[in-house]
Amino acid sequence: MEPVLVAKNLSKKYGTVVALESANLELYPGEVLGVIGDNGAGKSTLIKVLCGAVRPDSGEILLDGKNVSFTSPIEARTLGIETVYQNLALSPALSITDNMFLGREIRQKGFIGKFLRFLDQKAMAEEARKRLSDLGLLTIQNINQLVETLSGGQRQGVAVARATSFGTKVVIMDEPTAALGVKESRRVLELIGEVRARNIPIILISHNMPHVFEVADRIHIHRLGTRLCVIDPKEYEMSDAVAFMTGAKEPPKSN
Amino acid sequence: MNNRPDNIEKDLSEQPNFKDEIGSKNQDHHTFDLGNQSTLKKIQHFLHGNPTIVPVIILILSVIAFGFIAGGKFFSAFNLSLIVQQVTIVGILAAAQTLIILTAGIDLSVAAMMVLASVFMGKLSVEMGMPTLPAIIVGMIVGVATGAINGLLVTRLRLPPFIVTLGTWNIFFALVIFFTGSQSIRSSDIEINAPLLHFWGERINLGGFVFTYGAFLMIAIFVFLWFLLNKTAWGRHVYAIGDDKEAAELSGIRTDRMLVSIYAVAGLVIAIGAWVSIGRVGSVSPTSFYEGNLDSITAVVIGGTSLFGGRGTIIGSLFGALIVGVFSSGLSIAGLDVLWQRFALGCLIIIAVGIDQWIRKVSN
Repeated sequence: MEPVLVAKNLSKKYGTVVALESANLELYPGEVLGVIGDNGAGKSTLIKVLCGAVRPDSGEILLDGKNVSFTSPIEARTLGIETVYQNLALSPALSITDNMFLGREIRQKGFIGKFLRFLDQKAMAEEARKRLSDLGLLTIQNINQLVETLSGGQRQGVAVARATSFGTKVVIMDEPTAALGVKESRRVLELIGEVRARNIPIILISHNMPHVFEVADRIHIHRLGTRLCVIDPKEYEMSDAVAFMTGAKEPPKSN
Repeated sequence: MNNRPDNIEKDLSEQPNFKDEIGSKNQDHHTFDLGNQSTLKKIQHFLHGNPTIVPVIILILSVIAFGFIAGGKFFSAFNLSLIVQQVTIVGILAAAQTLIILTAGIDLSVAAMMVLASVFMGKLSVEMGMPTLPAIIVGMIVGVATGAINGLLVTRLRLPPFIVTLGTWNIFFALVIFFTGSQSIRSSDIEINAPLLHFWGERINLGGFVFTYGAFLMIAIFVFLWFLLNKTAWGRHVYAIGDDKEAAELSGIRTDRMLVSIYAVAGLVIAIGAWVSIGRVGSVSPTSFYEGNLDSITAVVIGGTSLFGGRGTIIGSLFGALIVGVFSSGLSIAGLDVLWQRFALGCLIIIAVGIDQWIRKVSN
């Protein structure tokens, strides 16, 4: 099976600090790839490069086998790499519908849409409702309620629904459960399952070991700016992963 | 040395539990809050969802109050329509100011921009013999250009809008003095050479209510901007930028380009105001509307738009301008000194911002 997303030999230095050193990553269709690593391992730089927020000094990124490069998250997004940021990048004072279509609104047909540039708010609301119910988020009653009136988990749901709505090839989720309570975290983990069920592969960055071990198909362990190993969560214990991460234990030999 | 990994392991395995605990406490607290909403909380939520209500209530209450204080004179058709006439210019400036404040900015240069545009319109048509309509168009271009300059300075130099417009306020004001040599263009000269400049000052009488065309234009501007802000992507992006600029950028909005266009649109509105102001005042005076900057901000703030951006309505600013008009008119009919008008206005500003802060607490 061909990977959807490949990162090859990515390097990035900040002054004399090496954040990434020939880092590799592969993401296969329909999988959840957990990315873990100690603080300062270069995990977040890796993710920032993949989502377009940081340009690498060298190395290449392949999407569906094609070499791609982007200078901003917007460019990465147009190519189909959507990111759910830790702060969600939602506008709290706007409605759910407005947020889901922010930057890619649907305009009305005909004259009033083309020349007066009026929005088709009805079509957007319907589409937003559909997206949310597809992900099992119908508990949100009013699609036009403001995002700031939603709970943390519901906001995460809106951000995920937005990320999976526009011909997405890859979803990157950065610490999706960090700010959530037990019940809400559970809901987000189920949400990750829903997204995978729709065959969209996910890169999941998290500090929360139990969550990563629960939903990830493979776990990429990052250490000292590069990929240390990739493990199968069914074959290893969390304590093994921590030991690899911190250098206390030799990683398994990769193929 | 051998103990270290164990400790870290322990730490890490405890970490998620720790987080979850905090989370669940928050959650309980949240449901608790929802279960016992006090009336005050409900009011807070209602106002939060309907930010225009506050200025509407203040407007109605102040009209009633001044009706009692100042008596029938206040309610006369003449006086009520006079209030509308008087707020026309500040209203138009407030409309432009609303756009800027919604982006979490502030524009101290609006009145200077307006006077500069009106100087171009007057100078070119009255003194340099340009046909009036092209002169007006040049004035419009000046408005858009000065607005765009503000926008470019804010986005390119990454300076706070307060500083940028504090600077351009002085620059535009200096340019006005430079171009006019501190001389006004007299109303009679305008009437002879370029009567079109006085167009918006023409009056019509509707059953005792006397309105200038400019008052209707002001209403039209508010309606137009309402559609722009609520029915187009551009408008939603104005709110998104003011709400959280970084989030807007990550959502794919080119925030810098948007900001320049917002300042330019504000500039166009201000230039329209320049034309209206010539009709309203009669002459073009380089020193007029010196307080227009702050008056427009006052109207926007009283109209319920948050200085922190992203929250507020354009119609609120119209009510804000009307409230200021009602206060000035009512207090002067009641025979109070001008100083008390300012005193009342000051109180109103502080109350309005206080209410805004209180309403904003809902989201936390």
